[in-house]
Amino acid sequence: MSLTIRTGTIIGAFVMALNAGAAMAAGEAERPHAPQEGWSFSGIFGHYEETTLQRGFLVYESVCAGCHALEYVAFRNLADPGGPGFTLDQVRAIAANYRVPAGPDEFGDTLDENGLPFVRPAIPANYFPSPYDNEQQARARNWGALPPDLSLITKARVNGANYLYSLLTGYEDAPEYVEMGENMNYNPFFPGQQIAMVQPLYEGSVEYPDGTEATVEQMAYDVTNFLMWTAEPKLEKRKRMGFQVMAFLFVLAALLYWSYRQVWRDVDH
Amino acid sequence: MAHESTYQPKSGFERWLDARLPVMRLMHDSFSAFPTPKNLNYWWTFGGILTFCLVVQIVTGITLAMHYTSDASIAFGSVEHIMRDVNFGWLIRYIHAVGSSMFFLAVYIHIFRGLYYGSYKEPRELLWMLGVIIFILMMATAFLGYVLPWGQMSFWAATVITNIFTAIPVIGTPIQEWLVGGFAVGNPTLTRFFSLHYLLPFVIFGVVLLHVWALHVTGNNNPAGIEVKGPQDTIPFNPYYTVKDAFALVLFLLVYMAFVFYAPNALGHPDNYIPADPLVTPAHIVPEWYLLPYYAILRSITFDIGIPFTDIVLIEAKLLGVIALAASIIVLFLLPWLDTSKVKSLRYRPMMKPFFFLFIVVCVGLGWVGAESPDKVLIQIGEDQYRAEYVVEGEPVAQVFPTADDRDAFIEMLNEDVEASAVDALAFRFQMVHLGLILTVAYFAHFLLVLPIVGVIETPRSRPASIEEAVLKGAKPAPAPAE
Repeated sequence: MSLTIRTGTIIGAFVMALNAGAAMAAGEAERPHAPQEGWSFSGIFGHYEETTLQRGFLVYESVCAGCHALEYVAFRNLADPGGPGFTLDQVRAIAANYRVPAGPDEFGDTLDENGLPFVRPAIPANYFPSPYDNEQQARARNWGALPPDLSLITKARVNGANYLYSLLTGYEDAPEYVEMGENMNYNPFFPGQQIAMVQPLYEGSVEYPDGTEATVEQMAYDVTNFLMWTAEPKLEKRKRMGFQVMAFLFVLAALLYWSYRQVWRDVDH
Repeated sequence: MAHESTYQPKSGFERWLDARLPVMRLMHDSFSAFPTPKNLNYWWTFGGILTFCLVVQIVTGITLAMHYTSDASIAFGSVEHIMRDVNFGWLIRYIHAVGSSMFFLAVYIHIFRGLYYGSYKEPRELLWMLGVIIFILMMATAFLGYVLPWGQMSFWAATVITNIFTAIPVIGTPIQEWLVGGFAVGNPTLTRFFSLHYLLPFVIFGVVLLHVWALHVTGNNNPAGIEVKGPQDTIPFNPYYTVKDAFALVLFLLVYMAFVFYAPNALGHPDNYIPADPLVTPAHIVPEWYLLPYYAILRSITFDIGIPFTDIVLIEAKLLGVIALAASIIVLFLLPWLDTSKVKSLRYRPMMKPFFFLFIVVCVGLGWVGAESPDKVLIQIGEDQYRAEYVVEGEPVAQVFPTADDRDAFIEMLNEDVEASAVDALAFRFQMVHLGLILTVAYFAHFLLVLPIVGVIETPRSRPASIEEAVLKGAKPAPAPAE
């Protein structure tokens, strides 16, 4: 048996070595990486930091929201435990800045005196409205590209948080040998290296009320944290409960093992 | 039942009940007094673990169905509603989603345990075959369930898998359209898949009852592979195996819950968090990990079978792949008769044992092939050379180009003056699909060649006369001489 296992290991190592060689030969794009400080939400005791999420929300609202929707997030979620920790009054104020469809009115009219559909300020129960009326409008305004919804973006990409952070900080000039498509931008982290989205973050794109310096890395870090929260809003609760469950199971396993030894002590087996 | 009933009604009510519906007697004889070989190891705890998995999937699944909507326009959103707004919805969904992977992890261990200890052999052939039916039903249920979130992988997995049926001549396409409920995967597919995903677990439950019934007729196999000779070989199921199974179940739960709470999406595909889009095909369509070996078998056959030296094709590659896929599971039904050895446990089969581990390597290898792109190059010898060969003043000249396009452009330019010919010298490439084919052949060779032949030519080691003797002498046989 040991012989079989050894042969298997050697074959496995050989195949893996070949595999690595092929990958290097193909010249793969740079691998997504985490920021130097790492992510507060990773690990067994992972959690979000309210100030980071609030700064990230500011980046989303001032930069991303121009093109990207947040379909599955409601304004009320901004006040949920384990989230950015806005107060309900703050959430009301944030929601009031957005317009959502309203009408028909009591006369059955759907258009106002200017011939535009009725709108009203959003309330906490509303979901973030999309910047576009439909996909066609989105594409028409973005040279044919469709900006994806961001609610789940960090779960909808491999290694999502690192990918997003790397993408946002990874824009650079295209190497000379790359033939760029029309209206495309070079980013080594994007599949195919050519992305329709122009570089969204520049030094000082937003002004943080808490005085944090708005470097590209800082904004990318904050908005990635925020979008991790939109994708996985129950993460803190999950990891906290996980610790309790695992601790309980360890104790239960120990007790059951002891019971097992007791029950079987007189049986030859 | 294979043994005398030892149930003693204790109270007046139990006597009254026992005379009318002896359900307490059945429970007592089946799960309490049931005589069980005393030498079962931890690999035998997975039967109980699997029962637990089935119950967990049914309970969480019924709860999810209360909040899920099987309409293509809002199915994805309803899953997000469960994740965000339903109380503990995220927990229930992650337990269910990770649960499917854990269910398959357990069933694969259970199956390989049966293979190692010969649990499929007389008198347990039907027990084994019922198990294979459960396995097939599990695969169908898992596939149907994977479609329900209506993400990109859901949609495209449904498209790819239902397309398998179109390989069948004449009736294939009508069958596929009937299954899908239209000419392409859409809302009718989703609604019927939801209905069937709710139905099949109860069918599984029914077959599990038959599986357990058959088990209780023949009794457990055991690591020694020797049948029970008498009461000295057995102990009652309760408390001995209830406590051992409970301990093993909690160890299993530690792994299960570690995934649920710390890596709930590690076993899934990120593309399934993108809503289904019939107009955008994902770069790689892959099933969940537990179906990858079968996916590899399906895709590894890329040649037609025809009459040599003619263009007549008898079986197209696509159909051949489907046949191989079906055969890879059907062969499991024949296993009890393909294995010609009378010795059950591989402990006493020195020649068969290495083949068993090789078979595990083959299955894992197939899983790897299934996960990768079939075109992926594993070994390349040499470089592609696109050459233009022509003659200048009586001297043959050959010019090498990196791409065929460059070369063709050159020839076109040249052809105004001289006649040049294109010669391709392509590098030798060993690709994933080739490895897949080798492993597919190895998979079938294990069942169709190794098991029948080794059983005949092998000299088994001496076996203990009884379980009692195996236990007293220590479960391990004397070390074999080096081979």
